[in-house]
Amino acid sequence: MFDLHGYGPSILEGSWLTVQLALASLAIAIVLGMVAALAKLSKSPIGRGIAGGYTTVVRGIPELVLMLLLFFGGQLVINYLAAEVIGYEEYIDIDPFTAGVATIGFIYGAYMAETFRGAILAVHSGQLEAGAAYGMNKWQVFHRILLPQMIRFALPGFGNNWLVLLKATALVSIIGLDDVLRKAALAAGATRLPFTFYLTVGVVYLVLTTVSIILLQWADRHYSAGVRRA
Amino acid sequence: MDLAAITDNIPLYFKGLWVTIQLLVLALACGLVLAVPIAMWATSRNPLIASWPKAFIYFFTGTPLLVQMFILYYGMAQFEAIRESFLWPVFKEAYWCALIAFSLNTAGYTAEILRGAMKQTDFGELDAARSCGMSKGLIYRRIILPSAFRRALPAYGNEVIFMLHGTALAGIITIVDLFGAARIVNSRYFVPFESFVTAAFFYLCLTFLIVWGFKLWEKRWHAHLHPRDA
Repeated sequence: MFDLHGYGPSILEGSWLTVQLALASLAIAIVLGMVAALAKLSKSPIGRGIAGGYTTVVRGIPELVLMLLLFFGGQLVINYLAAEVIGYEEYIDIDPFTAGVATIGFIYGAYMAETFRGAILAVHSGQLEAGAAYGMNKWQVFHRILLPQMIRFALPGFGNNWLVLLKATALVSIIGLDDVLRKAALAAGATRLPFTFYLTVGVVYLVLTTVSIILLQWADRHYSAGVRRA
Repeated sequence: MDLAAITDNIPLYFKGLWVTIQLLVLALACGLVLAVPIAMWATSRNPLIASWPKAFIYFFTGTPLLVQMFILYYGMAQFEAIRESFLWPVFKEAYWCALIAFSLNTAGYTAEILRGAMKQTDFGELDAARSCGMSKGLIYRRIILPSAFRRALPAYGNEVIFMLHGTALAGIITIVDLFGAARIVNSRYFVPFESFVTAAFFYLCLTFLIVWGFKLWEKRWHAHLHPRDA
């Protein structure tokens, strides 16, 4: 049943690309999410408006639609801007990996923003005020007081977002990236064993999610050290 | 901007919208019907009994919906027994494969939500029900399920929106849903930006409608939790 007819290394290669893609997207999503969360809680109405629009619109549209929109449409817009604004004449071809990372990161940044916003609000505001009263600047308050404490509150939501992001990477096979699903589709076509290969992809994802859950549980224990539990 | 390509094809988009709504409603209905017994089964104290529904939940929440859909749509053809059985007319059709995959997927997520909600039932309520002499079935029907449904409502609202976004995957296997309609318009006129933005707009409206509907529903079901008007 699980004879992969020599396509094992190819599937493994695809799995590695999936992992790279997911981790790179996660990095972008964290940065975007943090910026958007801080903007949502800021005093600036423009910042709040942009961040609010970003999180509402992106979370209201299917990932697949956004991905194609950003992948095909984004390419057109970038080329249009390059030609009209800077006068750059060559056609700019964005490679699928960059496009995939950018789109998945952009989409899950919106989900992360909501998680981070809740986590920031959960940190007692008196602590931030105390930091400011000691004469710390904004950055010091952020990375000394806010960040270490908000991680604990953000972890459950963060973990969920990561698991959803990981599964969303399967969509990049649609835009022609050689991820695990596409490798499996090629193998399935060549060997006429679609069930075997798609089930293999399912197993690969199950392994990835299981490892993620174990790591997240460890992180939860680590960041909840010293917290009393009922 | 080529708006003529969109306005000429608005009927196609509305046809797609109808297919999307159909898929969503049918998948949610089938998923919920499956999820209730699975969740009840998964709360069993006997680990041997509970492991089966838990394995179901683990597989369907741990792998991407796209992979599940491919296993059904492409994978089933691998087995001659299925190709020659009465099931083949079902697995041959993209529509039924998508519907089955969506139903099983949402059943997995919904069962997990319900399982969590059922586990939170107050011991006192169960003790009271038992001392009133209620049978097991009656306790489920009168005590556990009604309050679990109420607690699960906010999480279920999120799941409905995820499922709406998931239905876009049907467009990949040739079904003309909203996303499928956008793909057709894009391939005919090469207007990636306009075609996908239009689909995104429809999805956004559906998402807002669902969010609003669940707010009303929560208001009704959680009426006992709201502070009284002074």
